Amino acid sequence: MSVEVHKGTEDSKPVDENSYLSKYRDFLPSKIKREIWSSEFLLFVENLSVSFDGFKAVDIPCYGIRHGELRVIIGPNGAGKTTFCDLVSGKTAPSTGTVYYDGVNITQMDESDIALKGIGRKFQTPTVFDSLTTYENLLLALPGNQHWQDNLLNRESEEEKNNIFEILEKVNLSDCRDMPAKSLSHGQRQWLAISALIISKPKLLLVDEPAAGLTDLETERTADLLMELAEDHTLVVIEHDMDFVRRLGQKVTVLNEGRVLAEGSLEEMETNEEVMEAYLGR
Amino acid sequence: MKPLAQPIVESKQSLFLLAMLGFVVLPLLYSADVLTIGQINMIGRYMTFAILALGLDLLWGYVGILSLCQFTFFCLGAYAMGMHLAHHGGPEGIIDANGWKLPACLFVVYPYDIGESSGDALVPAFWKPFWNLPLTIILGLLIPTVCSFVLGYFVFRSRVRGVYFAILSQAIAVAGWLVFCRNDVKLCGTNGLTRFDVIAPVESLTTFHPVEAKDQWIASHNADMSQDLNADGKLDQLDYSMADVGFSLAEPNVQLSLYFITLACLFGSFFLCKWIVNSRLGRVLVAIRDDEPTLNFFGYKPHNYKIFAFCIAAALAGLAGMLYIPQMKIVTPANMEAVRSVLVVVWVAVGGRGTLRGAILGALTVNLLYNYLTSEHDYGLFSWSPDYWPIFLGLAFVLVVLYLPNGLIELVDRVRDKFGTNSHALKKE
Repeated sequence: MSVEVHKGTEDSKPVDENSYLSKYRDFLPSKIKREIWSSEFLLFVENLSVSFDGFKAVDIPCYGIRHGELRVIIGPNGAGKTTFCDLVSGKTAPSTGTVYYDGVNITQMDESDIALKGIGRKFQTPTVFDSLTTYENLLLALPGNQHWQDNLLNRESEEEKNNIFEILEKVNLSDCRDMPAKSLSHGQRQWLAISALIISKPKLLLVDEPAAGLTDLETERTADLLMELAEDHTLVVIEHDMDFVRRLGQKVTVLNEGRVLAEGSLEEMETNEEVMEAYLGR
Repeated sequence: MKPLAQPIVESKQSLFLLAMLGFVVLPLLYSADVLTIGQINMIGRYMTFAILALGLDLLWGYVGILSLCQFTFFCLGAYAMGMHLAHHGGPEGIIDANGWKLPACLFVVYPYDIGESSGDALVPAFWKPFWNLPLTIILGLLIPTVCSFVLGYFVFRSRVRGVYFAILSQAIAVAGWLVFCRNDVKLCGTNGLTRFDVIAPVESLTTFHPVEAKDQWIASHNADMSQDLNADGKLDQLDYSMADVGFSLAEPNVQLSLYFITLACLFGSFFLCKWIVNSRLGRVLVAIRDDEPTLNFFGYKPHNYKIFAFCIAAALAGLAGMLYIPQMKIVTPANMEAVRSVLVVVWVAVGGRGTLRGAILGALTVNLLYNYLTSEHDYGLFSWSPDYWPIFLGLAFVLVVLYLPNGLIELVDRVRDKFGTNSHALKKE
């Protein structure tokens, strides 16, 4: 067996060389200098756990996302994938543990401060503002005008306008520019949500099920879009659709019952007994 | 439902129509004796309600905050102006030990301590700033704004939303009403403030104290014994209190001026709200209504925006209250009753939630109907009794919600689209 199953206490069990833990345990922010881990990892979580009514939804001793990485997180239903995103983006407060991002501890910050620090989030269901037009949706996502005083007096600059037009062109929404978002199709809403995420210029993107409910063609194009994004962003993509994950062709982390089960390429995961067991049920 | 956040659709025609009607037609009708000054006065009062409705529409129609305490803020403004008018009110009342004239309405229900007699009554300290008119206007706007800020700061930051906020605001309306009903807060209890006489006497603009004002007045009328009204051979405080200063509220011209001021304020409030909802901030407000949690993840702090909208609505309510009082000439805690604040919601819903014109239309329509239908009418076969009004209002509300979910303004737009080709071109643009 080449992939170790993590049981929570790293010292009590001999750790295999290929274990995911061994890749992160040397960088624990509580143990080493900040410069060392922050130059390696954009996001690092240490000893992170959250329980809902005694049920541990997430329990990760250490895990990180490197600068410029595109990481896909897969796992069966209820594995804690979305909860992990909630913890990182500040939607849920962890029961224990710490989240470090870009060299600082962001565990206690609220969602808007975390967003201002550069973590962008796309939710499972496309969250767009229904009454606003496509254009206005992107207008609100633009960075730098989040305080109400700025918003009352500032108008969008030509540069910002062109920025929006450019991105609308890219996701084929130019024709729907002045349509309220509620009149868009599901696929268009997904893309609008992703466009809003892109235009807000985050450093780290948490993308939760970008391919959910899309047609095959749309799925393909979404994958291309994410690959293009990965060139100059750090991405965490959560996905169920294995074809989509295969198309991305990146390193995969498998979560199960709140724990990191294994890590590696998708091919490795598909031959991994533990992973297959988790997916097929025991 | 049509898109709410499209400024292009808001036509200028209905606004122009309202301006023509308000500034030209009604005054002309008045000068032609078709309308009495009482009716002009009444329309002026209903326009203050329209200002109040604008504030609620900004809150409820755009941000989705259902506030059921708008009349409380209205009354804070009304009481501020009421205290000012009572200071300069009729000759009844006494001069207290500090040289302040105890207003008639307060003198009647003054809460004496045991053993005190009428000579011990003093004008309370918190009444005194309201002697000065500019200060009154500032305070009348500031007090509701500060109250709403404090309330909003604690409530919106703790993410109290939706129906919980509505219930909370209703409770605040009830609490406010109970406080103002009490006699010992020295706001005249359930009697309310009344016995108003003049508005904007010169001394209320320049002085902060009646003794100063009296000295100024005596100095300027030094030799004029015709002002010695009680004929005791000298000009003193009593003469001054009875002297003919300021604009009498009973004068038709003064009432007409108040009507014009109210109309101007209504337009000012409208353009303020329009500016807000058309700004980028307006888009954020609509986004809060649509999906507040998501907005957090774009780095916004929705509670700041909600506090802002709440403060603007409260300031507009305060302004409306200040304009209402000189035209109503009395303010009592009955204006603060919880049901009044719910009525504002009905006006906005009937007129058209989420369009500023709708709020104005709703407030004016419902109140004019109220005025007409709460008197008896004999239609031959059928005679209308004022008792039917609540039933009528309830029916109208239900019908509008069922058949005109965007309110009466939708009907207006439909009619306009049918007959006006001009506006159609505007819409397509």
